[in-house]
Amino acid sequence: MLLVRRVHALGRVGVLFLGDMGKAVLCLCHALIGKPDWINGFKRLVNQLYFVGVLSLVIIVLSALFIGMVLGLQGYTILVKFGAEHALGQLIALSLVRELGPVVGALLFAGRAGSAVTAEIALMKSTEQLSAMEMMGIDPLRRVIAPRFWAGQISMPVLALIFNCVAVMGGYIVGVDWLGVDSGAFWANMQSAVDFQDDIVNGIIKSVVFGTVIMWIAVFQGIECVPTSEGIGRATTRTVVYSSLAILGLDFFLTAVMFGVT
Amino acid sequence: MMKMRTVEITVGAFMIAGIASLLMLALQVSGLNNFFREEPGYKVKAEFANIGSLKVKAKVSLGGVAVGRVVQIALEPQTFNAEVWMSIDPKRVENLPIDTRASILTAGLLGDNYISLTPGFSETEFLKEGDVIPMGSTDSAVILEQLISKFLAGQASSNKNP
Repeated sequence: MLLVRRVHALGRVGVLFLGDMGKAVLCLCHALIGKPDWINGFKRLVNQLYFVGVLSLVIIVLSALFIGMVLGLQGYTILVKFGAEHALGQLIALSLVRELGPVVGALLFAGRAGSAVTAEIALMKSTEQLSAMEMMGIDPLRRVIAPRFWAGQISMPVLALIFNCVAVMGGYIVGVDWLGVDSGAFWANMQSAVDFQDDIVNGIIKSVVFGTVIMWIAVFQGIECVPTSEGIGRATTRTVVYSSLAILGLDFFLTAVMFGVT
Repeated sequence: MMKMRTVEITVGAFMIAGIASLLMLALQVSGLNNFFREEPGYKVKAEFANIGSLKVKAKVSLGGVAVGRVVQIALEPQTFNAEVWMSIDPKRVENLPIDTRASILTAGLLGDNYISLTPGFSETEFLKEGDVIPMGSTDSAVILEQLISKFLAGQASSNKNP
């Protein structure tokens, strides 16, 4: 009897999970597919780019600077033992462009922008603004979700690129200006190790995937939240937790596909 | 109205910052400007008995100066020799004598394999697109494990009959 109950519980979880996935896909398709409204849609997109992208810039730039500096310091202390401190540029650039830039950028972005989007949409739902829009004949999915989704999708790779750039600069400041690695060797080793197609373009592809996943989770959690103050809190937490897990898990698979087999 | 204008300006600046970072990553970090310069090169084939762990994109150097890259590695089906195609930058070295030697060396004790060219003495004939450096004038990679096992075997036999 116990066994049957266990199987029943498992099946229930599975059906609920599949149902949620289906709802998420439908919600996204509904929001994105349809006749585009170029003028007003663009205005809303610019507005959301400001809230999602520009306001995330401070945290991204500051973390990038410190991460680059730590990489420079830590890489130097290890490489100098082997007398290979001239390979510092290569170490910093490869680890940033391939992994740290997209992944840490996406984690920060999920914490800063994803949670904000979820909280905003969840509050709209709790105060029945979404229902009010529907009453007025405006589709809330297209009006509220689509611009946020596209804004996240566009700003994530831009933020990751800025992250990479600032972090390389941070590594340069510590490695070259402070610890005295030769500037020419720093850049030359970096340029010979980093390939535009293999490393930088793949890093951008990664960050586009992460941006999509974060925004998808964020808007879906917002739309699906329980319309109470507790529900909003839970939805926001779930956004951060789910998107962080999704980023780290997807990163493994993307890395395995992109760089795994030589 | 003023608010919307500032928002648009900051978003524009944000996008410009993104494009500027992409440019900086492309030019300064990955050295894409070298990539464009390197494309036009003439291809020369070299045959080796054993290429060790030579990889595509490995350096081809002459007197320690990088003059090209390995572009393709294949196995010749009849003779079971390894064929290595390298692209040599004509701006770095234009007239390589036809009897140039190619050897596979290792950078340092643990470094990557690369091809080192030693120019020959012919003053009239030069390597051009599609030419072959035959087995006779190439040196295969030195495999450290084989050296060690040969050395150990030699020691063992010398211990047996002193």
